[in-house]
Amino acid sequence: MYLAQVTGRVVATEKYPGLEGVALQWIQPLDEDGAPMGAPLVATAVVGTGPGDFVNVVDGREAALACPETFVPVDAAIIGFVEQAWSEERRVRPAARPREDRG
Amino acid sequence: MFLAQVLGPVVTPVQIPFLEGRTLLLLRTVTPDGARTGRTRVAIDHAGAGVGDRVLVVDEGNSARGIYAAPNAPIKTVIVGVVDYVETDAGRVYDHRAPQPEPSLRA
Repeated sequence: MYLAQVTGRVVATEKYPGLEGVALQWIQPLDEDGAPMGAPLVATAVVGTGPGDFVNVVDGREAALACPETFVPVDAAIIGFVEQAWSEERRVRPAARPREDRG
Repeated sequence: MFLAQVLGPVVTPVQIPFLEGRTLLLLRTVTPDGARTGRTRVAIDHAGAGVGDRVLVVDEGNSARGIYAAPNAPIKTVIVGVVDYVETDAGRVYDHRAPQPEPSLRA
């Protein structure tokens, strides 16, 4: 599991059966300083998150287990909304500021 | 499994039901001598670890689900031990009992 920031939304009308109604969001993994860690990717959102939010992500087979239908081709899922994270007494904040418009 | 340094708590008021009431900690993955490897992880604490501890972490779903006897839980990263010391061919490269530097007091 790792920290990430939601940076956008992805809409796909035609999806694998079982993924209907599951939100897809574009996320940027973050390191302990809130700086980008690796390449951004698409994750399913199983808690109510949106662009700008600081989140906890699980990847691998476990991501599909977090979805309503658990036998689906998904390899990353947002499983928590992070209110605070601390790194050696410093508050971790996403380096990229959230966009003003959340459309 | 990998070694990591516990950096601090992660507070998630909205999350999947399995994680309710469980402690999430932010980890810096390290080499045996404590150098940063560049990966940061969030783990469920199953060893009573605290900030500053060097810990042993499993990052594999089947093992994690086995620990909690929860065959469908979407979890993967779990702290399963607190490290006392690490020895390599260079000798004892980490010792829990050795004096640690005072944590800096930053606002």
